[in-house]
Amino acid sequence: MAYSEKLIDHYENPRNIGSFDKAAEDVGTGLVGAPACGDVMKLQIKVGADGLIEDAKFKTFGCGSAIASSSLVTEWVKGKTIDEAETIKNTDIAKHLALPPVKIHCSVLAEDAIKAAIADYRAKATKKADAAE
Amino acid sequence: MTAITQIRRNDQPIYLDYQATTPMDPRVLEAMMPYFTHKFGNSGSRSHAYGWEAEEGTEKARAQVAKLIGADEKEVIFTSGATESNNLAIRGVAEFYKDRKNHIITTVTEHKCVLDTCRHLEQQGFEVTYLPVRKDGLLDLDVLRAAITDKTVLVSVMAVNNEIGVIQPLAEIGRICREKKVFFHTDAAQAAGKIPLDVEALNVDLMSISGHKIYGPKGIGALYVRRKPRVRLVPMIVGGGQERGFRSGTLPTPLCVGLGEAAEICMKEMDAEAKRLKKLQERMLKGLQAKLTDIVVNGDLEHRIPGNLNISFAYVEGESLMMGIKNLAVSSGSACTSASLEPSYVLRALGVEEDMAHTSLRIGLGRFTTEHEVDTAVDELVRHVNKLREMSPLWEMAQEGIDIKSIEWAAH
Repeated sequence: MAYSEKLIDHYENPRNIGSFDKAAEDVGTGLVGAPACGDVMKLQIKVGADGLIEDAKFKTFGCGSAIASSSLVTEWVKGKTIDEAETIKNTDIAKHLALPPVKIHCSVLAEDAIKAAIADYRAKATKKADAAE
Repeated sequence: MTAITQIRRNDQPIYLDYQATTPMDPRVLEAMMPYFTHKFGNSGSRSHAYGWEAEEGTEKARAQVAKLIGADEKEVIFTSGATESNNLAIRGVAEFYKDRKNHIITTVTEHKCVLDTCRHLEQQGFEVTYLPVRKDGLLDLDVLRAAITDKTVLVSVMAVNNEIGVIQPLAEIGRICREKKVFFHTDAAQAAGKIPLDVEALNVDLMSISGHKIYGPKGIGALYVRRKPRVRLVPMIVGGGQERGFRSGTLPTPLCVGLGEAAEICMKEMDAEAKRLKKLQERMLKGLQAKLTDIVVNGDLEHRIPGNLNISFAYVEGESLMMGIKNLAVSSGSACTSASLEPSYVLRALGVEEDMAHTSLRIGLGRFTTEHEVDTAVDELVRHVNKLREMSPLWEMAQEGIDIKSIEWAAH
């Protein structure tokens, strides 16, 4: 399959591979996809005291487009508030990487991964607030 | 053996996809050349030397192909390739005998051109039984025996599978078919020239052969059609009545000559080449197993042509692996390499889990594969599998002792 230079760059030099401690309070973890479907993404965000996403990490099992999509979004979410990060659309990812039509689902998965990580972070924050009361 | 120097240019990837196609042997090209130029006659022209010369070429080729499979040259007809041969064999028999019998038996791991031909016949009212295969990819003979009825006209079972290289028990299948008076067709595209085949010993009635899988040209194949006891076919292509009326059309003389030469070379070099490839196959597998854990060979390793390996590299998706190993030309059973987004139906038929099917690579070794290429391939594979496992969440979970099957994954 013919891929764009940007996509190949993200595949060959993936940004922010790795893991945070998923039990940490300032970390939100999203795990989406399914092995049977050929792609699983784990995306983690670390949120600072100022409410900005200070770091992000990913691990992905999937095709080159899936790896590139998740690598790209870890770059995009950094420095954003979680509300801003939540507005990232799969179409932006697909456009930036020039994903071929059969690979659009990879960008959808990356968007899902951000949303899942944010939801996890929010759930932890709510729990913490509840416990404090 | 004539010394053959490298065929690949240095800027080309290492070719490890010999089940997809093979490069033409230079000796084959040499044999073909005169038939493109001064020996250009129509082998059907009986009235002058041009025709006789061309006919000499095609008839020598026919005999060469016949010899490879232990047939009589009158039983070999030229076609455009194994796809046409399979279509002609299955549809031809089904349509000729349809007033008496309407049932065909095949297996779920056949090539698409067999399966699609069967689907087509089903739409026309024929009954087709698609037999499952065992976990090792081989057909269970009891299952076959039980499926044959008094309406069964044909059993079509491939000799060697194109994805996993396993060799079906042809002699036993042939014996059962002969005993039950059912025609036996085998798609031998991946088997001819690689393993000994004898249509008499195997009781094969129809056999499909491809030129480009045996270091011959593309666009040519053959169908063996037994004369005693006689197998009759309705032709698919009608016209001038060439090829005993089974396949009209002027013979492509250079291609026929190429197929014949390719068959003869395969026959002469089969034993030595099989031994050489077996060593390379073992070298490849041992090299990978020494440096990687969690790799699984799909399909039986013993009943297999030596030029094939099909390996699942757990926790690493096949297409991403292929993107990494740019210097190697292989193919994958992963969905992501297919337009259908479905993982390989052959691997699924063996009971390989979908997640493992996504991680499979087919590695094909052949006449021009060298030890050095195998070693380079092992190094590249190990490096990229490790790199991708480092970024695989599934690998991470496995290392933490989490069973990925225990997780409720959302299908998407």
